[in-house]
Amino acid sequence: MITPPPVNWLSLLPGLILTVTGLLILFWDLWMKPEERRLLAWLGFIGFVAAGIVSVLLWGRNESAFNGMLALDAYALFFNVIFCVVGAMTILMSVHYLETVEIQPGEYYALLLFATVGMVVMAAATDLIVIFLGLETMSIAVYVLAGMWIRRLQSSEAALKYFLLGAFASGFFLYGIALLYGATGSVQLDKIATAATTGGVSSLFLVGIALLIVGFGFKVAAAPFHVWTPDVYEGAPTTVTAFMAVGVKAAAFAAFARVFLHTFGSLHAEWEGILWVLAVLTMTVGNITALVQRNIKRMLAYSSIAHAGYLLIAMVAGRDLGGAALLYYLVAYGVMTLGAFGVVLAVGRQGEPNEEVSDYIGLGLRYPVLGAAMTVFMLSLTGVPPLVGFTGKFYIFSAAVQAGYIWLAVLGVLNSVISAYYYIRVVVNMYMYEEGGKTIEALSARPALVTAILLAAVATVFMGVFPSASISLAKESFLPPG
Amino acid sequence: MEQYVPVLIALILGGLIATAMVFASAILGPQKHAPVKEEPFECGNPPSGSAWGRFSVKFYLAAILFIIFDIEVVFLYPWAVVFRQLGLFGFIEMLVFVLILAVGLVYIIKKGALEPA
Repeated sequence: MITPPPVNWLSLLPGLILTVTGLLILFWDLWMKPEERRLLAWLGFIGFVAAGIVSVLLWGRNESAFNGMLALDAYALFFNVIFCVVGAMTILMSVHYLETVEIQPGEYYALLLFATVGMVVMAAATDLIVIFLGLETMSIAVYVLAGMWIRRLQSSEAALKYFLLGAFASGFFLYGIALLYGATGSVQLDKIATAATTGGVSSLFLVGIALLIVGFGFKVAAAPFHVWTPDVYEGAPTTVTAFMAVGVKAAAFAAFARVFLHTFGSLHAEWEGILWVLAVLTMTVGNITALVQRNIKRMLAYSSIAHAGYLLIAMVAGRDLGGAALLYYLVAYGVMTLGAFGVVLAVGRQGEPNEEVSDYIGLGLRYPVLGAAMTVFMLSLTGVPPLVGFTGKFYIFSAAVQAGYIWLAVLGVLNSVISAYYYIRVVVNMYMYEEGGKTIEALSARPALVTAILLAAVATVFMGVFPSASISLAKESFLPPG
Repeated sequence: MEQYVPVLIALILGGLIATAMVFASAILGPQKHAPVKEEPFECGNPPSGSAWGRFSVKFYLAAILFIIFDIEVVFLYPWAVVFRQLGLFGFIEMLVFVLILAVGLVYIIKKGALEPA
């Protein structure tokens, strides 16, 4: 008799709910009348909300599943909640948008859920192979999502570019896993950590770490592995861009931080130099290139690269403080970026995306609520107090200073100053000019989208004014270095 | 590393024998060239068009779908071998796996992916 490995079903529950909901959507779509398809969105929404609620209910557990391949700890649950909120917000933004760009809703929502399953696995994985499995589950779904706007040529281009470069990056990642296995004899994170502290570090080990940095650097869009980002973000359907910019980045950072801050915590001196350079390069390239962008999706793509740089500062700072700042900033970055993309969606219309920065001229005067929301998001992305972007940057820079990286903090602050130019330009366009852009008339109010934008705006203001609850949650969730 | 020496020897021997056979037939065999013989072999049909010709994307779809169900069989074989030892747990696990694939099969049939172009 073979005894099967213990499976901890309870700890898999959030992922299971998402999987089953995805399959149900795929199945239901086949027998559905075309005019009923909006129901699929709400089924997906319920799936995300249910998985999020289950993650909250499981809070406080510290277990593992599948012989220590997946962990159910506060860290994984914290990220589960982020992913479920991102997914639910993406669905709210998609309901109307899919009809204007003629995307098949069945496959779209199913893939959104399957991509989130991959993210959940990535955040919970305590084994390099399982991290890879989650990474691929997420990536393959997102490659397809990026190309779903079939009528738009750039969308296919985005999908192909993302797929080819992503497959290449996966190769680097796998090679890194192979070398680490060669150096330590295991792919389990805790065994690798033990090998690192007891057996010393061979050059094979270091090359493996470097290759993992390449793999993760691609997924979080860190310079110099960022070149795919603007084209893919611009070409993909805008809702998918929002999902990629927030969800995929959060998932990649979840695995990145678990492996580097927790498992390789004792080797901090070996990799902090590489990440220091990556952080500075990523911030600077992102911010300076964003200055000259005319398309707002491209501008937000470079802005997301720059924010990956700030998040890398938190990684370099490491320890409890850096880890908590990383988690907090991911939440902060998530709400403000989702909101900004929501406004981009609201300004667009069927056959008329209105994606140029100059299209925003006079918008704030004609649509006061939309303008106010966009102003909140742009100021928050710049890092103006009392919004959440400021609080997040404050925690990151103070973590860097306390860990002794004063120059890194200085460069980060200088970069925030550069970024003010292109974020504030949108606000200036919205309020200070009346003529010169095209006049966008009669935007129809779409309840789901407006709800998403308002939720994001409220979260941006609220978490900025009252940061203590979320920062203590982030501190509680972060794993101490192993 | 010592246990890999036989593998290395087998590798070298295999390479040598294969190379020797190719060259032996080229050196020892009778050589009569004819225009028909020089043509690329295309399953017995007269070759037509360029090797770079385009063909329907449906073929790729069929190939991808084939791989999925091929992999299913790869998983089913080892499972079937130890089926008795795995007991009820293994049975239910495989049922779930096949069920998920069945959802995929129903999906592709309904979408018409298996209909000839």
